[in-house]
Amino acid sequence: MDEKLKTKRKGVSYAKWGYIFILPFFVAYIIFTLTPQIMTFYNSFFENYRSGLKQIGPNFVGLQNYVSLFSPDKTGTVGMLKYFGNTMILWLMGAVPQIVVALLLAVFFTSYRLNIKGQQFFKTVIYMPNLIMAAAFSMLFFTLFSTVGPVNQVLLAHGIVEQSVNFLGIKISVRLLISLMNFLMWFGNTTILLMAGIQGIDQNMFEAAEIDGANSLQVFFRVTMPLLAPILVYTIITAMIGGLQMYDHHGDDRRPADVRRPSGADQRQGHARPRQHDHGHVSEQLSGHQQELRHGRRDQRGAVHRLGGAEPVRVQLAVQAV
Amino acid sequence: MKNAENTRGRVMMIVAPVVVYAILIFLSFLCLFSFYMLIINATRSNAQLQAGFTLLPKDNFFNNLRNAWSDQSINIPRGMLNSFFIAACSAVLTTYFSALTAYGIHAYQFKLKRAAFLFIMAVMMIPPQVSAVGFIQLVYKFHLTNNYIPLILPSIAAPVVFFYMKQYLESVLPMEMVEAARMDGSSEFRTFNQIVLPIMKPAIAVQMIFSFVGSWNNYFIPALLLDKAEMKTVPIMIAQLRSADYSKFDMGKVYMFILLAILPVLIVYIFLSRAIIKGVTAGSVKG
Repeated sequence: MDEKLKTKRKGVSYAKWGYIFILPFFVAYIIFTLTPQIMTFYNSFFENYRSGLKQIGPNFVGLQNYVSLFSPDKTGTVGMLKYFGNTMILWLMGAVPQIVVALLLAVFFTSYRLNIKGQQFFKTVIYMPNLIMAAAFSMLFFTLFSTVGPVNQVLLAHGIVEQSVNFLGIKISVRLLISLMNFLMWFGNTTILLMAGIQGIDQNMFEAAEIDGANSLQVFFRVTMPLLAPILVYTIITAMIGGLQMYDHHGDDRRPADVRRPSGADQRQGHARPRQHDHGHVSEQLSGHQQELRHGRRDQRGAVHRLGGAEPVRVQLAVQAV
Repeated sequence: MKNAENTRGRVMMIVAPVVVYAILIFLSFLCLFSFYMLIINATRSNAQLQAGFTLLPKDNFFNNLRNAWSDQSINIPRGMLNSFFIAACSAVLTTYFSALTAYGIHAYQFKLKRAAFLFIMAVMMIPPQVSAVGFIQLVYKFHLTNNYIPLILPSIAAPVVFFYMKQYLESVLPMEMVEAARMDGSSEFRTFNQIVLPIMKPAIAVQMIFSFVGSWNNYFIPALLLDKAEMKTVPIMIAQLRSADYSKFDMGKVYMFILLAILPVLIVYIFLSRAIIKGVTAGSVKG
């Protein structure tokens, strides 16, 4: 407001510079993100795939792609539900322990009663896997757990198993491994965010609880948890989006995001698209819900305000890691 | 009664830290162990690796390094160069244009200011995979596969980085400074480049590191766009290793490939871990 008055008085308007400065962003966004998004949506109404050497389509098929995603195939399974189920299982196995452990660590690190020594070291170590290339990290796990890898060597040497176990061929162990990787890559990041959240809570609250004779558990459940709720919900949602976006970890047959090379033979592109879109839609809806939650509480709680800065980075990391 | 409570309290005082440190050490061990194994295994030859598991390094590190570095099918030095080029360009573009956009919205009054800001905030949450298929199609249409342009230029529009920069600007930039520069006859661009950018250095440094690392590690889009061997980036090469029948490979070399892929990030992290960890939450504890 003040600014406006000043410029008016001087009779020089700088408004055009505002437009010039934000122009590159919007040009790049429209070309590289918005157009593809619209194209993705538009193409989901067409059939367009290759059968052998023959190119079929693109023909307009209306909602056919969506219908076939949600209807049972030859074996009676609904593709969409199966993928969604698989993703949910991976997410639950990865995200739940991640958030529980992160919450625990965040409380440890911020507790002045415990006053943990070597905090910087622990934080550095637990955050490290987050920066490591997911492709390299999973390759490492693949080699460590391969039939000729060190894990099998140890198991064989101690007579725990008689034949080397094909960890990567058994459904449950593959899921466990993927969840473990996801856990290792993300719990440090979540810890640091929750820590910032706890530090944002008014210190007087803890002192008051202390004076009233509350023990650590009571402080945690009655003070920390309720005040941390907004950021906690936020981390749960982003962990979920991260789970839905897990991609790099998976071998070709196990990837949750069913996007494939457009040039591949016999790959029904039309199919990949609505799923893609739907997948994004899930994420969007969840985020929207979260936004609401945050805004709803913003006015009541100053702490949330201060957390604003932490969120984009978390999102960015979530996005980058996939 | 009171006595009993006191004893319990005292026991808790001793037991709690032990449990806490045990948990912390266990988790640190989990995080470090796989990397430790990686480094150890990178020092062992294929025969030594087949012979069994060990926690002690052997002396084949440079042997493996030489083998991995000069491998014919997986040209890792070339991959690292490619990755570095893409990551460095993206990091510079992302931070510069995000700062520019943030400054444009922060410092000027114009009609669409609020609309522009709300638009960016709204699209921030959309995951990049949503646009992936359309993006790939677009790239094919313009014959830009095996070209770095579609991997670098989109980084100009990074809503998340923009938001971070805007938060930062709000907390550090006094508008009087901009006014003073104007009085002295500095053009708007010059004011931004020579006064605002230096003030934003800390935020730019943090975002540069993050976007460099993100780009260095990025597998999803490059894997769909690059298929010429000499254009490939490091993550694609590593993923290639996995899909090959690597039990026939020289495993010492495989471990060395992985080590090389993560080494640059690891080194940067060891030196800058303090700043990076702070950067994750920067803005949240500024009050």
